[in-house]
Amino acid sequence: MPDNTANQGSHGVLAGINWLGRTTLNIIGELGAIGIFFFYGLAMIFSLPFQFRKIVQQIYFIGVKSFLIISLIGLFTGMVLGLQGYYTLVKFGSEGMLGAAVALSLIRELGPVLTALMVIGRAGSSIAAELGIMRISEQIDALDTMDINPMRYLVSPRMAASVIVFPMLTALFDVIGILGGYLTGVVLLGINSGIYFNRIYDSVVMRDISEGFLKSLCFALIVSTICCYQGYFTHMRREGFGARGVSLATTSAVVISCVLVLVIDYILTSFLL
Amino acid sequence: MPEPFIEFRDVNKSFGKLQVLDRANVSFYQGEITAIIGKSGAGKSVLLKHIIGLLKPDSGQILVRGKPLSQFSKAEWTRFKRSLSYMFQNNALFDSLTIFENIALPLVERTRMPASEVRKKVMYRIEQFELEGVEHKYPSQISGGMQKRVALARAVVTEPEMILFDEPTTGLDPLRKNAVLNMVAHYQKEIGFTGVMVSHDIPDVFFISNRVVIIENKRIAFQGSPLELEQCDDDVVWQFIHGHEILQDQLTGLHSWIEVEKVLKSELARVNEAEDPSVVVFFWVDSLEQIKEKVGYIAAQRIFQCMGMSLRESIGRSGYAARYGSEGILVVMPHADSNTASSIVKNLADECSRQDIMDPASYTKVCIEFSIKAGIVELRDSMSFEDVMSQAKKNQKVIAEMKCNQGRG
Repeated sequence: MPDNTANQGSHGVLAGINWLGRTTLNIIGELGAIGIFFFYGLAMIFSLPFQFRKIVQQIYFIGVKSFLIISLIGLFTGMVLGLQGYYTLVKFGSEGMLGAAVALSLIRELGPVLTALMVIGRAGSSIAAELGIMRISEQIDALDTMDINPMRYLVSPRMAASVIVFPMLTALFDVIGILGGYLTGVVLLGINSGIYFNRIYDSVVMRDISEGFLKSLCFALIVSTICCYQGYFTHMRREGFGARGVSLATTSAVVISCVLVLVIDYILTSFLL
Repeated sequence: MPEPFIEFRDVNKSFGKLQVLDRANVSFYQGEITAIIGKSGAGKSVLLKHIIGLLKPDSGQILVRGKPLSQFSKAEWTRFKRSLSYMFQNNALFDSLTIFENIALPLVERTRMPASEVRKKVMYRIEQFELEGVEHKYPSQISGGMQKRVALARAVVTEPEMILFDEPTTGLDPLRKNAVLNMVAHYQKEIGFTGVMVSHDIPDVFFISNRVVIIENKRIAFQGSPLELEQCDDDVVWQFIHGHEILQDQLTGLHSWIEVEKVLKSELARVNEAEDPSVVVFFWVDSLEQIKEKVGYIAAQRIFQCMGMSLRESIGRSGYAARYGSEGILVVMPHADSNTASSIVKNLADECSRQDIMDPASYTKVCIEFSIKAGIVELRDSMSFEDVMSQAKKNQKVIAEMKCNQGRG
């Protein structure tokens, strides 16, 4: 029946538009909530009295405890860059450029991105899980009843610590990565060590370093906001409550942070180049 | 009546489609302890969470000293909130902080008190709540009872004006339960805080409360003093006060008195018109008070348990039996005569005589002689309840006896 089909068709189109509208509104609402969460958490860092002790504790947790994993990943990333770079450059007879290739790719790109991804896996997931458990066991409500601002007490120190720690870990990653490249390029494959370091000295300029740090600062804010947000609002999830809610919050924190880090990295790179 | 400290006016609250509070009107008075009782999930904790602002009413108002909470300025709200403490049902201790840090947290975060002063105050509470030696442990390393006391210590460490207790005694052993209730009553007198306590400890909580609020079916079923509560003849209220007796009756396999009273009334009315008789048997345990006093409550309860079991077997669904007073059981058997009643009495006598409670060897320290008596009354025209009872007492005979061996008792 032509009429009926037309009705069904228009009904399907309406449902589609309805879904699109609802989803868009949800996304905009969520983005707004994250934005408010971000600015409020950031503002609370500067509220008096400063929370030095708690920030130092978080620096220890997010930074110092990530030291080993960042060093390891940095070392092997540098080594593999040295190896791959050497076999590519040797085809053009320019293996002397290996130092520059390793250092530039690490400082401008791989350092900030891989550091952020590693910290998300190690510290970001545990921030989301810790805040999630605090939420479901009413510890955040308990803070509220004691008139202790949970955003100031829990979120701000983590944001402040991330901003301090991310650039430092990135620097560590870069240095150890360059040494990794040295290990494969110079020690294993026999490039002259003077040429390796001289090429780095010649090609890396201050702008490369500051751009890398700018990226790592942006990643610090994104990662800490997303991980804290997911944990803090574990109880608002529609898909799961209790322990399941916490596991979903942790997964979302890691997935969303990783995706955002890579997307923002592309956007920043395209603007900075 | 003085002005209430906190007053709920027509407060409604729903979670999605589930309505939890329906036009709740409750008052809490300064310097008093108010107990909130009600079945699990009746909305007791929801009521508490409204006071501290963790939940907001869908409609209606909450007034603090006559001023609506919704009209409070930020400073007023902060001042009010700082004068409150809340003790959570599941304690809500910070599991990554030590016991000491947990108790100290509100002082450290809210005040600029020097560390030595904080330490002094916290250690005082640790001593007071018998928590010495665990101050450096984490909440997961101590027992549930201790966690409860840590939560209590954290609630009182700021010396608040009002403390909201969400089931402070759940999960404690009976000795600690009484100790916690005692402590609440003691500090309430000493510090003079206003207490609101959600509790299931009936009747213990009535002893320390100045007021009682009962929530039933989303509504406030009762609010008033424990004395008014005792004299209230509302069915719902009665069930709450006599909840422990109902449990005892369930253990003995008996019906509730309300049920049996209804049947008896309808049978008294029925026999006036109908020809087939109905019969009432009144069983009575002689010297029960002495058994309770000298042997114990359990022995007394065992006697009723044996009687209850026997009655359940012999009357089945054709009759109704309930505790009447503290020493008797009243059985109503519609459409039955004295012969049926006699066989029930005989069964009970045989059954109970075989049990250990009627065996002198069970009483190793002190032996009390007692007997079970029974009186049968056939219901006749124009009898009142009082007539039935006086007739039953007149007809009663000893059906089973506990005799102590010579030289004992």
